[in-house]
Amino acid sequence: MVKKMPKTDVVIVGVGWGGGIIASELTKQGLSVVGLEKGLERSTEDYYMVHDELRYALRYELFQDLSKSTLTFRSNEKKRALPMRHYGSFLMGEGVGGAGVHWNGQTYRFLPYDFEIRSQTVERYGEKKIPKGMTIQDWGITYNELEPYYDKFEKMAGISGEENPLGGKRSDKYPTGPMKHSPQMKMFTEATKKLGYHPYTVPSANLSEPYTNPDGISRAACQYCSFCERFGCEYGAKADPVVTVIPVANKTGKFDLRTHSWVRRILHKDGKATGVLYTDLTTGEEIEQPADVVVITSYVFNNTKLLLTSKIGRPYDPATGTGVIGKNYAYQVVKGAATGFYDDMEFNNFAGAGALGVVIDDFNGDNFDHSDLNFIHGGYLALTQTGARPIQNNPVPKGTPSWGAEFKDKSLKYANRSLSVGAMGASMPFRHHYLDLDPTYKDTFGDPLLRMTFDFEDQDRELAKFTAKKARGILEEMGADHVDAMEELGPYDITVYQSTHNTGGVIMGDNPDTSAVNNYSQMWDMDNLFVVGASSFPHNSGYNPTGTVGALAYRAAEGIMTYSKKGGQLV
Amino acid sequence: MTKDNENKTSEEERISRRRFIKSSGVAVGGLAVGGVIGGLIPWRTEDNKQQRQAANETKNYNQALMFFSQAEFKTVEAATERIFPKDHNGPGAKDLGVPFYIDHQLAGSYGFNSRDYMEPPFFHGEKEQGYQGRLKRREIFRVGLRELQNYSHQKYKKEFSELSTEEQDDILKDFESDKVKLSTISASGFFNMLRGVTLEGLYSDPLYGGNIDMDGWRMRDYPGDQMNYLDVIEEGFKKIEPRSLRDHM
Ligand SMILES: Cc1cc2nc3c(=O)[nH]c(=O)nc-3n(C[C@H](O)[C@H](O)[C@H](O)COP(=O)(O)OP(=O)(O)OC[C@H]3O[C@@H](n4cnc5c(N)ncnc54)[C@H](O)[C@@H]3O)c2cc1C
Ligand code: SF4
Repeated sequence: MVKKMPKTDVVIVGVGWGGGIIASELTKQGLSVVGLEKGLERSTEDYYMVHDELRYALRYELFQDLSKSTLTFRSNEKKRALPMRHYGSFLMGEGVGGAGVHWNGQTYRFLPYDFEIRSQTVERYGEKKIPKGMTIQDWGITYNELEPYYDKFEKMAGISGEENPLGGKRSDKYPTGPMKHSPQMKMFTEATKKLGYHPYTVPSANLSEPYTNPDGISRAACQYCSFCERFGCEYGAKADPVVTVIPVANKTGKFDLRTHSWVRRILHKDGKATGVLYTDLTTGEEIEQPADVVVITSYVFNNTKLLLTSKIGRPYDPATGTGVIGKNYAYQVVKGAATGFYDDMEFNNFAGAGALGVVIDDFNGDNFDHSDLNFIHGGYLALTQTGARPIQNNPVPKGTPSWGAEFKDKSLKYANRSLSVGAMGASMPFRHHYLDLDPTYKDTFGDPLLRMTFDFEDQDRELAKFTAKKARGILEEMGADHVDAMEELGPYDITVYQSTHNTGGVIMGDNPDTSAVNNYSQMWDMDNLFVVGASSFPHNSGYNPTGTVGALAYRAAEGIMTYSKKGGQLV
Repeated sequence: MTKDNENKTSEEERISRRRFIKSSGVAVGGLAVGGVIGGLIPWRTEDNKQQRQAANETKNYNQALMFFSQAEFKTVEAATERIFPKDHNGPGAKDLGVPFYIDHQLAGSYGFNSRDYMEPPFFHGEKEQGYQGRLKRREIFRVGLRELQNYSHQKYKKEFSELSTEEQDDILKDFESDKVKLSTISASGFFNMLRGVTLEGLYSDPLYGGNIDMDGWRMRDYPGDQMNYLDVIEEGFKKIEPRSLRDHM
């Protein structure tokens, strides 16, 4: 028998960045909110023993337990999709704070070009610049319209940075100054300036100085402890929902956060969401939580899966290109990078912070002329210093065996004598890249796993080669004795970590025929259902996604407040 | 003097202890040092720190087997030492405790794939789809080690651990390149797993049984678990004495 809880104003599915922001904004304004999170409670005290590479980075301490749920993957529709049985390409967050607990904190804004990508590309290069099958579309919002929400997210998180000389216009400067510069960051800065580029410090959610945000939350400065990406911050210096928005929501007394609560269905009747059905993982009990408004913030994959299993919205059909749920899955092209080896210089590669680095946008978006190039968009190029931990970082020059005496000698030698320039290549959507329900494999409750159909295209191969070449040029300018750069991108491989920057599936736009949500993340087909996260990106830009996820979450919160007073479609 | 020299001395001590064991004729099975035998060995030096270290070594109850048989353990010792051999830089996998590390890992949740999706059906997939077998890591290891022995006998008529280092490398290369064809597991898949856990054993916190005395970290000037790098982040390279999680207790 399903237990029925008293009705609440709003129920939120998944309490990471998206869920945390919306919970704090709504409760501050007086709404009662229930937050359902399938993982456990987290606090800063959990991280006393966090400087443990094996436990956190290789055994995935903080990530979703794949034995209960994963997804399946195939490179194209002719193949049989098979489950991602262990982690590789990306890592899903779980527990209060979601992936916001163990992210790096590199916090960017997308470019004005991104939001109007289709019209601007056509305007500058003509319709034929867009290859067949590439399904880019404008986002239904402009950079200028989203700017105030970026500003809100950055002030809440205390982002440390300096203005991007090639970015969109800012209404205010970053709330805290840029991070410190290490010797290799200085080398990158000098080299890129010499090459005529425009370096700036990576905008960072690892605080450069102590900071008190507009909600009155104070946090300490980053200690450059080097255990950041894949780890929780024991100092509370890294902006994480657990040390920023969630305490604010808790303080209102209006937030009922329930952990170990796995949401399985969005309940709906006559075109309106009525609540959610979830399982209490500690008792196995099935519980119904009725609500006036339902908000789904359970990351790209689960956002898409919940809509499909709950039969909400029109599932995407790649054969006809119609329908929207599952459409425009995109990722990130990060392999177009290079590593430089130094014979006579040593660096403190072991030290660092999740978002420590210097970056250029000269080859991002449409900041450069694509007339003679076989791809659109681009990506940033950066030197980051996130702490080269020894199990996972053993760079050796190409041609060195991967084990044995020579490997040992070279890997020890270059541990502190190598530097990399990475690329964050944008990822364009294609008609045949999508998410749907797997016909064979099930999760722990017998619900279908989500199925991903995705591969790299010529667009990605060309882009990766281009960024690899630029990365090589920068390292040569930085005086490396030997540089190895990516030569061929190869097929998309789910076994190799690239980034947890998955996007699409529940995309936004200005037209219900080609998008699932409007620019408040409100479902076109269901007024009281909001689906928030990178699932709403129609493509992925040449940046890490979370600054934009945060901005869209603040905008969604505003939309939910308006809806709760007036009802109806917000645009 | 520098840490490096200290290491070298203790390294020499270990070698001379091993020689002593050999010449004293004590039966030690697959284990060269440690346990009761280790406690019998006299020390040349009066250095306090080294005596402390020696005392710790004799009391290292952690160095016993949870998963491997003695024979399997011997193969693992030999194979991991080829992946990361002792050389002028310092100790190899064996002296850093890597074989014990692997044994302990396979005995626990890692060996049982407890947080991996292991549901049927099982189909052969593309390389890009990742591991699709039904065997758990501990089972793969068992099969892999047996096949390593079979192949050694087939090719050289000897146990893997009794082959010359060149012959051992030869065998491992044949696994790495899938020249060995196995029916139940992928030879290269097993080799890559072996290489992966060897690196883990070299460089994980000593709490897990490898990286003994943090000497894996020391060889590459990795400072382990430091509370902060505020003082060095803006500076040129600095050698820092490593710390482990034990120092947090
Ligand atoms: C190692 C790593 C480094 C990263 N570094 C960066 C970076 O430097 N910069 C950047 O911009 N981005 C980075 N990211 C990405 C960033 O973490 C995500 O973009 C961000 O956390 C997404 O927020 P979200 O709220 O959409 O989802 P999440 O933070 O993933 O939260 C979703 C929550 O929903 C819960 N949930 C899922 N399904 C259910 C269900 N059925 N019922 C109940 N709850 C459910 C999950 O347990 C989870 O807690 C990184 C990610 C990783 C893994
Ligand atoms: S690097 Fe800075 S922000 Fe990251 S975990 Fe360490 S102290 Fe926290």
